[in-house]
Amino acid sequence: MQKGSRKLDVEVETHSRLRYPHRLSLYDRPPTEDITIEEFETCAINRLHVLAEIESCYARNRPFDELREITNLQCEKHVPLDHNSAITKDRDSQRRKDITGHFVLRLAFCQTEELRRRFVKAETTLFRVRYLNATISERKGFHESKDFDWIQANDDIKATHELQLKAVVPDADERNSIPQVRWTRVPDLVEKRRVFLKDGWAYVPSREQSSIVFQEFQTRLEQALEMTAKALPRMDEDTRLEPILANLSQGSLLDEGTAEGVRAEMHFPMCMRNLHENLKRTHHLKHFGRLQYGLFLKVLGLPIEEALIFWRKSFSGHTDDQFIKRYKYNIRHSYGLEGRRANYPAKSCQQILMNDQPGPTDSHGCPYRHFSHDNLQMALLSMYSSQGLTEADLPEIMHTVRTEAYHVACTRVYEITHATQNVRKGNGIGSGETVTHPNQYAEASRALECASTSTTTNSIKMEVDGGDIVML
Amino acid sequence: MPFAEVVTPTPELMLAFYRRLYPFKAIFKWLNHEHTPCRLFTHREIAFTLENDVYLRYNSFTTAEEFKNQTCTLNPTRFEIGPVYTARPRDKKTVRPGAFSPVQRELVFDIDMTDYDSIRTCCSGGEICRRCWGFIGAAVRILDSAVRQQFGYKHLLWVYSGRRGIHLWVSDREAMELTDEQRRSLVNFLTVVQGGKEMHKKVNDCFKEKGGWQELLQLIPDPKIVEKLEKKWGVMENRSSDDKWSDFKNEVKASYIKQERTPMIYAMEDIILQYTYPRIDAEVSKHRNHLLKAPFCVHPKTGRICVPVDPEKINEFDPELVPTVDQLLRELDEATFESTGEGHSDWEKTSLKPYVDMLEKHALGLMNEVRKDRQSHDMTW
Repeated sequence: MQKGSRKLDVEVETHSRLRYPHRLSLYDRPPTEDITIEEFETCAINRLHVLAEIESCYARNRPFDELREITNLQCEKHVPLDHNSAITKDRDSQRRKDITGHFVLRLAFCQTEELRRRFVKAETTLFRVRYLNATISERKGFHESKDFDWIQANDDIKATHELQLKAVVPDADERNSIPQVRWTRVPDLVEKRRVFLKDGWAYVPSREQSSIVFQEFQTRLEQALEMTAKALPRMDEDTRLEPILANLSQGSLLDEGTAEGVRAEMHFPMCMRNLHENLKRTHHLKHFGRLQYGLFLKVLGLPIEEALIFWRKSFSGHTDDQFIKRYKYNIRHSYGLEGRRANYPAKSCQQILMNDQPGPTDSHGCPYRHFSHDNLQMALLSMYSSQGLTEADLPEIMHTVRTEAYHVACTRVYEITHATQNVRKGNGIGSGETVTHPNQYAEASRALECASTSTTTNSIKMEVDGGDIVML
Repeated sequence: MPFAEVVTPTPELMLAFYRRLYPFKAIFKWLNHEHTPCRLFTHREIAFTLENDVYLRYNSFTTAEEFKNQTCTLNPTRFEIGPVYTARPRDKKTVRPGAFSPVQRELVFDIDMTDYDSIRTCCSGGEICRRCWGFIGAAVRILDSAVRQQFGYKHLLWVYSGRRGIHLWVSDREAMELTDEQRRSLVNFLTVVQGGKEMHKKVNDCFKEKGGWQELLQLIPDPKIVEKLEKKWGVMENRSSDDKWSDFKNEVKASYIKQERTPMIYAMEDIILQYTYPRIDAEVSKHRNHLLKAPFCVHPKTGRICVPVDPEKINEFDPELVPTVDQLLRELDEATFESTGEGHSDWEKTSLKPYVDMLEKHALGLMNEVRKDRQSHDMTW
């Protein structure tokens, strides 16, 4: 006892020298000091790395322990927060960065209900992980520093219901300082009968108090985000911030691909890139679009688990229920796991060109054939200019399109976009061959890249990363 | 009391019932919590079921009179009460889909006899007798005390469902505002409700038949006791359920010294629990937008009125004595024959009166609460 209290004193001393005495924060006060635009952005991006990883853990249905481990690793890398005893570290600036990052992301993620929901879920999880990491004295200090609006149970209750309270809290000391809250604040504890319930008041033992804290964190954040959303249009907006915020919330960070992965679409023929972009823009594809793109990905080597994650993430406008009801069967069917269990091959160029003509709201088909000429030229430039296609190449491509030689046009685009890898006009996708199948296009492109980076592995693992497909 | 045969109510009977007997005013006060119409009533969904099974959802009314007029025009076989929405339900088509969502709703429970078919021996399906009602009685007492004591709610209205079940409406402010998530937690908490230790007495002869007592034996963890009891009951065919239960208790007392009895006592409590705990239709309670038949509606099959029930006197309640619609109208004919003139609240002259009084009194309690709330607010100003 004596020893413990002395230790506490020491801690109180270190607290007093810190501007932010606690590692944990409910983020109830926004930072007020001046920061540079760079810091504004880096704080947010660092935090976004962590949150993105949490989201991806949820999408993969990882158990909480794994999620916790991954989150801890990410936190250490991007937003480290050291214990008060780590006196060699600049704890205040760590905490300031943590808080700044949080508030910048609030601005970025407050605009739509969907974004708010995602942000709250990820942030609450992050808070939970950090809370669980905290030591008991840290938690205690944190509880005392905030008003969680819980009252101490009065002695009458303690006397009249001693037996029942004893069942929940065997320890007499703890029972003496047991707090009570309205049961509506801890419905999960009530459901599992972890609390003593009387007259609508829940008496919460200390091991369950974290539940109140998490609940409080979540409700406060939800409210704050709605307020931010209302205030944002009226804010005296700095034009420098607008693009940064827009970028952050669109998750553009997630699209860049991780260090070890490459964006797979670079290797896709135009029809598939078009489907991919449509999917990303509208979060939906109609039946034939899903079929064309889904089978292509399957043959490319995307395993079913990853495919389900990919489609689930892409159809972000749907609830889990809707997704399972409407699409899951369909996707599994195309992998030969439902119904007649046929292993469907991917569609060839011939089939794409001739069968199932796209209607006005469809996005499948062959762009060279099914796009108007103007749209085709625009799309070519926007998709492939980063890979070396210029306006000067367009007349030649358009000429072949007009003669209805769509294969040839596609092959020519391949040659142009792979010119840096020594593909010349007439080489086609290897020894003069023309494109007859989208998968053939993708395989050839990938093989070329492997050759140039002298990677020898032929089997390439594919994974889904933040709504995109990556090759590892 | 003259006993009416079960007559399926005709549309003419129903119309007369709505015109002259249905207590619209009391229902209004109960839903609205005050005298002047507020959102609790005007934004409330009422769903009518017409005679040809046409279902009219999203009706709402500004006053009790309008409610009555529309009901008489449509002459439904029954109607249900839904949640309070963010906008008037009748304007549903004109507001943005996002701007129309349920916000408040009484916390409701539905206990139905069909969920007890596995443990009742006298009737099955839609039938009910005083014996089966014993199960409902046990469930009502447990649920009533759980909701009052553990959750602290005060404004509970129990309503007989007209045939073989009972509904509970909780109108406390906090209960009205529970989210679906909180409702789910509460229901899950209650579906394994403890307590009910005093419910030893079996009103239903559930261990009388061989199948019944063998089911009981299966629940006893000690094979020695099981063997003894099986022998005994096999010979003495006509031992009542009460006797069998005491046999079991005596056996436990005889076989164990006091200190070692605890596991058996737990087992006994478990058995009691299995037979008496409320079997709630959970889906009804979990969602705010679930519709539930309004009190004082007429059950389309039995013609009985869905009257409020006093939970204190639940065991005295006999479903067969609940007034039916044609009985009430006959009473009314006799009464108006004697007195002159047709009053506004005709129900006062029939056996419906005590039940309407009960609802009025209940509504008054709610209105007092609102008034007290107002006053305490005024004080702070």
